Amino acid sequence: MAEVTFFFAAIVALAGALGTVVLRNPFYSVLALVCHLLGLAALFLLLRAEFVAAAQVIVYAGAVMVLYVFVVAYVGGQDRPLSPSHGPGMRAIALLFAGALLVEIGIAILGSGLSVLDSEGTGFFPGFGSPAQMGELFLTKFLLIFEIASLLLLVAAVGAVILARRRSGLDDPRELSVADLLRSSESGTLADAERGSLEEAAGPPGR
Amino acid sequence: MSITWYLCVSAIVFCTGVGGVLTRKNPLVVLLSLELMLNAANLALVAFARAHGNQEGQIFALIVMVVAACEVAVGLGLIVALYRRRLPIDVDELRELQG
Repeated sequence: MAEVTFFFAAIVALAGALGTVVLRNPFYSVLALVCHLLGLAALFLLLRAEFVAAAQVIVYAGAVMVLYVFVVAYVGGQDRPLSPSHGPGMRAIALLFAGALLVEIGIAILGSGLSVLDSEGTGFFPGFGSPAQMGELFLTKFLLIFEIASLLLLVAAVGAVILARRRSGLDDPRELSVADLLRSSESGTLADAERGSLEEAAGPPGR
Repeated sequence: MSITWYLCVSAIVFCTGVGGVLTRKNPLVVLLSLELMLNAANLALVAFARAHGNQEGQIFALIVMVVAACEVAVGLGLIVALYRRRLPIDVDELRELQG
């Protein structure tokens, strides 16, 4: 039963991966990646990683892919045909490189000689990979990593908002940059800040 | 199923992602291919965690998922900024930093 499940999930994951790369329309690529993620979640379940599988389905296939779908719908992902500057020669070299990498990793896996790789894995205790175990590890042994991950998410969210906010043009005088934010916070009093904003409204020099 | 099978799936998915990054020109698809590579690494990490009966590989996989989410947020923000500035959404056209 485990073999059937493994091969089914592996075929779904591999087909999803191939579809992501091969399909012309980026929207279909995103859908293929969702298929790939679901197959991968099944593989995680077979490896007794319940929490990782649940997070994969909810966070990845749910939230992150919705973000992708929105951006593809916004940008209107049409993949133009290959430009003549980079002909099929570069493409062949790229595929050759990927194939060489596959051969190399295959040699590394199959020739490693680790006896544990030929087994189904060592014994595990009940509750291996359960949310309770993950939470305990995150809040005891890996607390610092947990906090750093949350800080990283905050920084990425703020950075994404700053990158993607609305601009009407390159030389818009009302454009607010990070330097402006820093400058207004440096000025000591409210009057300074107001004068600064008035000067900016009157038209800043040099921009 | 022995752990080697999972590692082989991981290797094939990783190389598929490498091929996508190298051949595709739409930055959206390049980001999707990067996701494939990160997921392949995740599968290898979880497989090794199972092989050694140790949950720390699963913690590592979760952290990789966090980093991938951050990368997606910033990458998609860049693509939206490119689109707003009417720049071509094509990694071959964006070569201003090439020198």
